[in-house]
Amino acid sequence: MLVAPQVAITLVFFFWPAAQAIWYSFQLQDAFGLKTQFVGLQNFSTLFNDSYYLASFKVTALFSALVAFFGLAISLLLATMADRVVRGAMAYKTLLIWPYAVAPAVAGVLWAFLFAPSIGIVTYVLKSMGIDWNWILRGDQAMLLVVIAAVWKQISYNFLFFLAGLQSIPRSLIEAASIDGASPLRRFWTIVFPLLSPTTFFLLVVNMVYAFFDTFGIIDATTQGGPAQATQILVYKVYHDGVKAGDLGGSSAQSVILMVIVIALTVAQFRYIERKVQY
Amino acid sequence: MVENRPWLNAFAHGVLILGVIVVAFPLYVTFVASTLTLEQIMQVPMRLLPGDQFMQNYAQVLGAGSHTGSKAAVSSMLFNSLVMALAIPIGKIAISILSSFAIVYFRFPLRMFFFWMIFVTLMLPVEVRIIPTFQVIADLGMLNTYAGLTIPLIASATATFLFRQFFMTVPGELVEAARMDGAGPMRFFWDVLLPLSKTSVAALFVIQFIYGWNQYLWPLLITTDESMYTTVIGIKRMIVGSDSANEWNLIMATAILAMLPPALVVLLMQKWFVKGLVDTEK
Repeated sequence: MLVAPQVAITLVFFFWPAAQAIWYSFQLQDAFGLKTQFVGLQNFSTLFNDSYYLASFKVTALFSALVAFFGLAISLLLATMADRVVRGAMAYKTLLIWPYAVAPAVAGVLWAFLFAPSIGIVTYVLKSMGIDWNWILRGDQAMLLVVIAAVWKQISYNFLFFLAGLQSIPRSLIEAASIDGASPLRRFWTIVFPLLSPTTFFLLVVNMVYAFFDTFGIIDATTQGGPAQATQILVYKVYHDGVKAGDLGGSSAQSVILMVIVIALTVAQFRYIERKVQY
Repeated sequence: MVENRPWLNAFAHGVLILGVIVVAFPLYVTFVASTLTLEQIMQVPMRLLPGDQFMQNYAQVLGAGSHTGSKAAVSSMLFNSLVMALAIPIGKIAISILSSFAIVYFRFPLRMFFFWMIFVTLMLPVEVRIIPTFQVIADLGMLNTYAGLTIPLIASATATFLFRQFFMTVPGELVEAARMDGAGPMRFFWDVLLPLSKTSVAALFVIQFIYGWNQYLWPLLITTDESMYTTVIGIKRMIVGSDSANEWNLIMATAILAMLPPALVVLLMQKWFVKGLVDTEK
């Protein structure tokens, strides 16, 4: 059978682990992994009473909101400009898309180097402006660092989609508006932006998912969740608790919660696609 | 555009140039740092013109790795990354093109069940099921092997979807014509479908190559042996501590080496890359 290879891999590497995650999430394991005990929903209730876990939720929400907002805003600006210029549009496009190829962890390392507290070049500029910069000690600055790295890497992706969206807007609409005397800014907000909203919404979901999961590499390569859990997003906490702290039950319970979140996001995305068909 | 506003065009160019500079600045600094000696980097502020250590630094990381952090040579890491970046797209394309061929062109029991089963996996990225998957791999004895690195990442709903969508646009007349000429199903697959889907395959390959090359979390868990590190992991392992303890010149040389292949793929195959991005996200 032709479907057999894919079905086999799907079963072994998707359904088996997912089932195990759900199973572990109901169990409590002792520190040496010798005994396991069925505890029902206790792992979940522990989690929701754990102030670190709740803080991690907040960090994740803040982080993904910042990444999505700045990622979308900057790339929309660049795409609008690239849509406007006639000469050199291809060159700009080429120069803007390559960060997509950079691994998240590498992006994290690059920015960590630029912002390194003692030797970083940006740190030097900031210090000469009188700003005390040390993301290793200060949580808000660490957050800023990972947001910058994450946005930098995602701009190229958003840019491409915005550009494609802008180019599919009929020229006649914009020309009609400019004949009616609408200024470029007004044309943008009343015509282009509403027509672009399907793209924007799609990118919003993609960016949220990106900030939730793909930024693991950035965080692990730079702040490792610190200082004092200031940048510990949910995925990082799953990894940290499961691999480094060895709390299998708690980590699995977190995995299950994450799966629920992903499924909710995916459903949101698919409903959007249905709506786009009617558009 | 019906109107001509020179100042606005100038503004647009200005914003774009600024954007390009901001995007490219980290890369430039990285490249400069990879050509300096460690002492030169440690001077604050670091100089922004390339130095003369290019050959020494790159020869050092390619041949022997860093001094203080991981000792593995980057050339073998590059090889591991390449294996991953090639095995994942090839495996993915192979199994998903077969299964979508089966789902679209054959009527068999449980057809829709299999389709939904693959569909559901779309919702579970690797990051979510890290630890259980890790245990499965450990149970199967696949730690520190290429198979363990690649196979769990091969199963992909996106590729299956892409091909399914594409196959459904292939006109039914082609199927009938092939049958009239006496071609069996596999013959039809090889001689008609595969040539038709060449562009889709190329687009998907570019996207998946980058995906495979940039994998981080999975190799981080699976590879404990230095000889199995991928390049991205290698960089992470070279960072051992505070600012001054790291050999930034070597780290940055490795970073350049880690970025080069996927960036080249993106730039040289830009057309397919854009097509692949737009297709896979539908």
